[in-house]
Amino acid sequence: MTPRSRLHVPSPPARPGQEPDFSYLSLSAAGAVHRPEFTAPAGDIEDLSKELVRVLGDDHLAVGPWNPHLEPAELQVGLRHMLLTRLFDDRMQKIQRQGRISFYIKSTGEEAVAVAAGMALQPGDMLVPSYRQQGLHVVRGRDLVELMCQCLSNTRDMCKGRQMPIMYHWGSGNIFSISGNLATQYPQAVGWAMAAAIKGEDHIAASWIGEGSSAEADFHHAMTFAAVYQAPVILNLVNNQWAISTFQGFAGGERRTFAQRGPGYGIPGIRVDGNDFLAVHAVTQWAAQRARQGGGATLIEHVTYRVAAHSTSDDPSRYRPKEEWKAWPLGDPVARLKAHLVALGEWSEERHAKLEKELEAHVTACWKKAESFGTLAGGPSLDPLTMFDDVLKEIPEHLVKQREELRALQTAGAIGAAPAHARQD
Amino acid sequence: MARMNMVQALNSAMDVMLARDPRVVILGEDVGYFGGVFRATEGLQRKHGEHRVLDTPISEGGIIAAAIGMGVNGLKPVAEIQFADYIYPGFDQVVSELARLRYRTAGEFTSPVTIRTPCGGGIRGGQTHSQSPEAIFTHVCGIKVVMPSNPYDAKGLLISAIEGEDPVVFFEPKRIYNGPFDGDPHKPAVPWSAHPLGEVPEGHFTVPLGRAAVVRPGTAATIITYGTMVHVAEAAVRQAGIDAEIIDVRTMAPLDVDTLCASVCKTGRCVVVHEATLFGGYGAELVATVQEHCFWNLEAPIQRVAGWDTPYPHAFEWEYFPGPARVAAALKKVMEAS
Repeated sequence: MTPRSRLHVPSPPARPGQEPDFSYLSLSAAGAVHRPEFTAPAGDIEDLSKELVRVLGDDHLAVGPWNPHLEPAELQVGLRHMLLTRLFDDRMQKIQRQGRISFYIKSTGEEAVAVAAGMALQPGDMLVPSYRQQGLHVVRGRDLVELMCQCLSNTRDMCKGRQMPIMYHWGSGNIFSISGNLATQYPQAVGWAMAAAIKGEDHIAASWIGEGSSAEADFHHAMTFAAVYQAPVILNLVNNQWAISTFQGFAGGERRTFAQRGPGYGIPGIRVDGNDFLAVHAVTQWAAQRARQGGGATLIEHVTYRVAAHSTSDDPSRYRPKEEWKAWPLGDPVARLKAHLVALGEWSEERHAKLEKELEAHVTACWKKAESFGTLAGGPSLDPLTMFDDVLKEIPEHLVKQREELRALQTAGAIGAAPAHARQD
Repeated sequence: MARMNMVQALNSAMDVMLARDPRVVILGEDVGYFGGVFRATEGLQRKHGEHRVLDTPISEGGIIAAAIGMGVNGLKPVAEIQFADYIYPGFDQVVSELARLRYRTAGEFTSPVTIRTPCGGGIRGGQTHSQSPEAIFTHVCGIKVVMPSNPYDAKGLLISAIEGEDPVVFFEPKRIYNGPFDGDPHKPAVPWSAHPLGEVPEGHFTVPLGRAAVVRPGTAATIITYGTMVHVAEAAVRQAGIDAEIIDVRTMAPLDVDTLCASVCKTGRCVVVHEATLFGGYGAELVATVQEHCFWNLEAPIQRVAGWDTPYPHAFEWEYFPGPARVAAALKKVMEAS
């Protein structure tokens, strides 16, 4: 037979009804990977892009050169942030199922990727997330009420009813606006970092992208600009194995790790256990120090697993084994940090249960307060006439005219009827 | 006052702004050491430093995205896209990001990027160096779209664009960089030094965005146009011997409706001219606006003169280009109808 060309269509190791199989993952033992000086040339540390930096061992103790030696108090804060993120997600998911918000995206199983990284950075650093890093807001102390009000598009919505749920931003907290167009934030973060360097400031930028959207050209633009200008930026690539229904092989992960793309651009690539709070913290700290001291960008691949659906709009049991998450070899970030603290004698089941209860009550109280500012279905909402604001700095004449048209329709009762709750009388 | 061609005027605008405002940075392909393929940034890197005038990789998407990030971090980036025909890899960053950032964050994040890009044909550039894609951008809410027709306006409008807080896509008709080309390629080139609007102040001045200009007062009809076609329209008026008023739109978005419609209501006849293709072109917006405001004053159907609805053909440039003969014919047509 004459050899012929063949179209290779990647296929995940398991579909619904099949046994989960993560044998494709190459894992390193905790503590096994060396930690170079943060000044090491990218070309000398390419091995970090194939290995897997891990700190927490099976005995739940921290080992090896990447151990960040965090104080127990700081670890407890990290646990609290991750747990709060998870409980917030669970609550918002339920609320979406009750039809009280239109959409939601959980970060279950990936909390460390946002929380540990966020805690390793400084308040003046700009965080440029994708849609699954709500943990960053939690780390920076955002009032959950504000996030909930955004999801509700109510009178306190930071986006004034213009964005789907979860498209948060926080100017004073230095967390950038989330775009529904994937990957666009990545080269923007590089530009932000370039500006910091131009101005001679000490701040760095950190951005997050999924392995799926790393197939967008914007990923390449970001890597190129980051490499060319040695921009002070951390480029996090969250490999949670699934991009809605396509597995990581469809984004190009079958034969090379995503971290290996870094060395291809002359940027260090580090592959890290994304469910290991300590490892994520340590690697982020290394990359931040490198960036802050003129060493340029680092690409960090966080190997993790998307436990939940992509969003409230898809059912993962249609495209992957229902119990696949149980077979995930890197465990759960919350459970692992908790076990570590317990092993250190700095935490207990009782304290954990108490914290969980406290945080649940906090989320409930926040939701009550958020709803008091209005709901999407029941109102009150902002005046629809505000939709004409902020298109440009000053409202141009044609928009003044259009706003008056809408106002006239409202006055005539032809449109913009009062919300349901007000019509019940 | 100095004599400047359009390239020098644009260079002067950037030079003035780099000196006045430390937040201003220039970035783009070949803009630094070399000074740009059209020389618009010549000498600026040498004078202001390589951190202020940055050469970039060949990556329009990267240039616009990086400029957005810089703008968010307090700079005022002026990005050059070497040819408007090359802007499409950065289109998503313009439409989904640059134009939307203020809106989607209710004003909490903004990025005042100016994108300069040479457009238009008549330079034997074929279909990949001749396009006029302004209509694609005027359809996007959240950006301003500008196209000057002379050195004075080029400098004043560019300074306004850079000083403003809104994103601007600034189209530069490259055929008139060196002189007011009137559409006849066989005539000797006329330099800007012979034109009154080639006189440009050396220092800081502005021409406001959102204001059209009456470049030739007249009573018989109104020609609404912009960019290179302003000069073609002037030639057509001479050729047809009709006393038409010529309006230079200058800012396509937001549009100065009052100036346009005051003229058409006065003359009762209107020809809309642009170099870009006809179908779905910016002229359709102009015609719709004029008929909405001037319908009862109109004596004749509005005529449109535009590029044919084909890509810009390299060998048949002058058959494609909507020159003075076609504009004059349209003028006569609106005069004949009653």
